[in-house]
Amino acid sequence: MLAWTIYITFFGVLVLMLLPRNNARAARIVALLTAIAGCVVAFVGSIQQANPGQVTTIVKVRWIAGIGANYYLAADGISLVLVVLTGLAAVSGILFSWNIEKRTKEFFAFYLALIGGVYGVFLSFDVLLLFVFYELTIIPKYFLIARWGSTRKEYGAMKLALYSFVGSHLVLIGLIAAWVVARGQLGHASLDLIELSKVHFSVGFQHWVFPLVFVGFAILAGIWPFHTWAPTGHVAAPTAGSMLLAGVVMKLGAYGCLRVAMVMFPEGMHEWQWAIAALAVAGIVYGAGVALVQRDFKFVIGYSSVSHMGFVLLGLATLNTIGLDGAVLQMFSHGIIAGLLFGVVGRMVYDRTHTRDFNDLETLQLGKLLPFAGVTFVIAGIASMGLPGFSGFVAEFQVLMGAWLVFPKLTILSGIGILIGVAYTLRAIQKGFYSDAPPKPVNHDHPMEPISIPERFGAVMLIGASLIIGLFPGLLMNWIEPCFNSPLSMFARLLVKGGSQ
Amino acid sequence: MNHWLTILTLVPFLGGIVIAGLGGERKNLIRGLALATSLVGLGGALCLWLHFDPKSGGLQFVEQIDWVPSLGIQYFLGVDGLGLLMVLLTAIVTPLAILASWRLDDRPHVYHALILWLQAGLFGTFTALNFFHWFLFWELGLIPAFFLIKLWGGPKRGPAATQFFIYTMFGSVALLFSFLALRLATGSFDFIELAALAKSGVLVTKLQAAFGWKSIGLIVFFGAFLGFAVKVPLIPFHTWLPAAYSEAPSPVTMLLTGVMSKMGAYGFLRILLPIFPDQIRQVLTPLLWLAVATIVLSACAAFAQKDLKRMLAYSSINHLGYCLLAMFAATAVATSVNNSDLQKAAALDGALLQMFNHGLTASALFLFVALLERRSGGLRGLDDFGGLRKIIPVFTGLMGISIFSSLGLPGLNGFVGEFLIFKGVFPLAPWAAAISSIGLLVTAIFLLTLIQRVFCGPLNERWAKMPDLTTAERFLVLPSIVLMFGLGIWPQFILGAVDATVMKLVQQLNF
Repeated sequence: MLAWTIYITFFGVLVLMLLPRNNARAARIVALLTAIAGCVVAFVGSIQQANPGQVTTIVKVRWIAGIGANYYLAADGISLVLVVLTGLAAVSGILFSWNIEKRTKEFFAFYLALIGGVYGVFLSFDVLLLFVFYELTIIPKYFLIARWGSTRKEYGAMKLALYSFVGSHLVLIGLIAAWVVARGQLGHASLDLIELSKVHFSVGFQHWVFPLVFVGFAILAGIWPFHTWAPTGHVAAPTAGSMLLAGVVMKLGAYGCLRVAMVMFPEGMHEWQWAIAALAVAGIVYGAGVALVQRDFKFVIGYSSVSHMGFVLLGLATLNTIGLDGAVLQMFSHGIIAGLLFGVVGRMVYDRTHTRDFNDLETLQLGKLLPFAGVTFVIAGIASMGLPGFSGFVAEFQVLMGAWLVFPKLTILSGIGILIGVAYTLRAIQKGFYSDAPPKPVNHDHPMEPISIPERFGAVMLIGASLIIGLFPGLLMNWIEPCFNSPLSMFARLLVKGGSQ
Repeated sequence: MNHWLTILTLVPFLGGIVIAGLGGERKNLIRGLALATSLVGLGGALCLWLHFDPKSGGLQFVEQIDWVPSLGIQYFLGVDGLGLLMVLLTAIVTPLAILASWRLDDRPHVYHALILWLQAGLFGTFTALNFFHWFLFWELGLIPAFFLIKLWGGPKRGPAATQFFIYTMFGSVALLFSFLALRLATGSFDFIELAALAKSGVLVTKLQAAFGWKSIGLIVFFGAFLGFAVKVPLIPFHTWLPAAYSEAPSPVTMLLTGVMSKMGAYGFLRILLPIFPDQIRQVLTPLLWLAVATIVLSACAAFAQKDLKRMLAYSSINHLGYCLLAMFAATAVATSVNNSDLQKAAALDGALLQMFNHGLTASALFLFVALLERRSGGLRGLDDFGGLRKIIPVFTGLMGISIFSSLGLPGLNGFVGEFLIFKGVFPLAPWAAAISSIGLLVTAIFLLTLIQRVFCGPLNERWAKMPDLTTAERFLVLPSIVLMFGLGIWPQFILGAVDATVMKLVQQLNF
C-alpha cells in the first residue's frame, strides 16, 4: 500500500502538466489533493504495517538482471516515520504556498516531483533504486529555487545542486567499489540492501569506503564543515522550497547515512565514530553560534537547521539504541519544526513585509500587526529550543542520553549549543515580533493582508504534530525502537561493538 | 484512583486558553473570568488542605500511570506536606496578583492567560514526582514569566527578560543533563525511587558503573545544583534577579518572588536533599559559605539600593538564603547524636515556614509598591517620597506591618520561621549561623531606612494630594495582613501539616 504514495504523487505531476497554463486555482487544488492523498496513504499504510521491527516487502521485481538490481520497495519502522513526515511536510508546504501566482502549475509539478522522489528514497531497499530516487530530487530542487526563489537565487540553487552532485558522486564511487567486492564474496551481483548488509567487507576496505559514502550522504544532512549549501539554499528558496529542504531533503542525507553507509560498513562506522561525533558537535555549536549573529531572519532559521541536524548526526554516532532512536525521532521532529519556522518567516512575514532584515522588522512590531504569526513563531521557537512538551525535547533528550554514555565531554559541549539555541531563538522572537524599537507609522493605504486560512491550517497542523509527539512519543517510538532492538535487524551488527569479522 | 491534582493543574491551564480566545475587547469579562479561575484554584487547594492527613507524612492524592514505559516515564503526581504547602501558597498569591492588575488595559486577555498558565506551571511543578513532566511544568512556568516581563515590563524589559530566560535555561540544561545521567545509570526518572536508591547507597555505585568516573556523583549533583541555585537564587547566580524583579510589572513580581522563587527552594527539598545527601555532605562547607554569602551580601546590596523594587528584590534573595542555610545545615553529620534529629527537624521546619511566609510577605510588599506606583505615576525611588504617613496613614500602617513581618518582628509570621532556622542551625553549624545573623541586622537597618525615607520626615509637597487606600484596596491587602498575624500567633497551622513530612525527610538524610 505504501508504494502508492510514490505513484499518487507522480500521477499528480502528470495531471498538473496536462492542466491549462493559466488556471492557477486548479493547479493548487490538484496539488493539494495529491499531497493529501499521499499523506493519507502514508498514514494508513504505516498504521497497517503489522511488524514495524521487520523489513516488510512491498514489491520486489527484477529490474536489471546483469547488475543484480531489483525494483525493491519495502519499509520498516524507520521508513514509516519518515514517510509520515514527508506526507505532513508535503501538505503543509502546499498550504504555505497557496499564494504562488507565477507559473503556478509548473511550481507545483516540480514540488510534487520532489516529494515523489523523497517518498521513493525512504521506501527503497535496493541501493540502485534508492540512488536513482535520490538523484531525482536534485533536479526539482534546483528549479524550485532558481525560478521561484529570492535573494541570490541562482547562486543558492547552483551551490545546492553542486554540493548534492559532489555528495552523490562520493556515494557512487563507494557503492561501486562495494558492489565489486560483494559480487566476489556472494558469487552473484547484488544491490539488495539486506543482502549487502550481511556481506562482511574487510576492515581495511571499510576504513576508506565508509567515509566516502557517509560523507557523501552527510553533505545533504548539513554535516559541518560541508553545511554551507544549507543556509544559502534555504534563504534563496521559496517558502515551500525551504520548508521541504529543511523538512525532508536534509533527512534524505541522514537517512542515507543510516540506511546505507552505516548498515553496509559497520566496522568502518565504529572506526570513524569519534570523528563523526566531533563534527556533529562542531555543527551543533557552530550553527547555533552563527545563527546568533545573523541580520537576515531566514539565515537564523537556516543555521539553526544545521545545528539541529547536528543532533541527528550525534545520535547516529552514539551507536547505541537510545541514541539511534533519538536520531530518527529528531529527523521527524526537526522536519516538522523547521518547516513551521520557515513557513512563518517565508510566507507569513516575508511575503507581507518584503523584508527579512531585523533592523527593518524591528520597526514594524509584527507581534501587534500579525498576532497569529507572532504566536505561531513563539510556539515554533519554543519547540525548536527543545523545551519539554514538544517533539524536539523527547528527540534531543534521547540523543543526549545516548551520547552521555559514549562521549560525555562532547555531550557537555553540545549543551553549549542548546543554550546558544535558546539565545538566538529569543533574539529572533524579540527582534522579529516583539521589539521595543520606536515603531514606524503604519501605512494605512496598504494594510497588511491578514493571515489566510490555508496558512492557519498549515501552522495548526504542524504545531499539533509536534505537540502530539512531544506528549506521546510512544506513537513513533513504537515504530522506531523495534528496528534497533531486534537482534535479527539489519542494524544488529552496527550495535554490537566491534562486529564479527 | 483520584485525579484531584490533575484537575487542579488543568483548571488554570484551560481557563487561560479560554481567556486567550476571548480577544482583548471584553475587558471586564476577562478580568472576572481570570479571577474566578484563580479562586477555583484557591478553593481546590483549600479542599486538598482539609482532606490532607497531616499525620502520615507520606504522599497523598497519588496518581500514577505509565506514560512512555521504554523511557521510564510515568505520569506520577502526589503531594506531601511540602508540596501541599507550596500549592496553597500559589493558590493564595495568584488571585492577589490578578486583583492587583485589575486596571491593566493593554491586551488583558493575553496577560491574564499568561498569569494563569504560570499558575498551572507552578501547580504542576509542585505536584509532579517524575522528572519528565516535572520538567515540562518547570519550563512551562518560565515561558509565561518571560513574556509577562517582556511585553508589560518597565523601560529596560527586553534585556531583563532575556537575561532572566537565559540564566534560567542555563540552569535547566545543567539539570537536564544530570537527570539524563541518573536515568542512564538507574533507569528511573522517579524522584521517590531515586531517593530510595540514594538512601541505600546504590545510586553512586550505579553512576560509577555506568560512566566509569570516580567523581561522577559530584558532577551530576553539581549539574542539578546549578539548576536550582539559579532559580532560588544563590549568590553568585543571582544577577538576573534584580533586573527581572524591578522591570516586571509589580503584580508579576508578586508571582515571581512569592511563588516562582520557591520553585528553586522546593527543588532543593524535593530533589537535591533526598537524592544527593552524600554529595552535599562532601561539599558542605563551601555550600554553607554560599548560603552565608547570599544572606549577608544581599542584605548589604539591598541597603545600597535607591529603587524600592530593587531593594525588595535583594531582600528576597536574603530571605531565601535563610532557607538554604537551614537545608544545607540539615545535611550535616550528627555530632551530638541525641538531639541532632531534633535540630535538623527544627531547621527544616523553619525553612518550610520561611518559604511560605516569605511568599506571603514579599508578595504583599510588592503589592504595596504597585499601589504606591499607581499613585505616584510610576515613581518608586527611595528619595522620591517623604512624610507620606501624614497623608496616607492607613497605607503606611498596613505596609508597615508587612515590613515588620519581613523584618522578623515577633508576633508576626516572619519571626517564627527565622527563629526556628537559627535554633536548628546554631548547634549544627555554629559559625555559619553566627555570621548569618549579621544579615538579620542589616535587614533591619535597610527596612527601617525604607520606612524612614518614604513615610517619615518632612512631607514631600508633590504628594500632598495622594489618596489613601480605597475600600477595595483595603480588602485587597487584608488577606495578607490577616495571615501575617494569624501565622505569627499560631504557626502550628502550618507546622502541624508539615511536621510528619519533615520528620521523614530527616530520616532520609540520616544513614
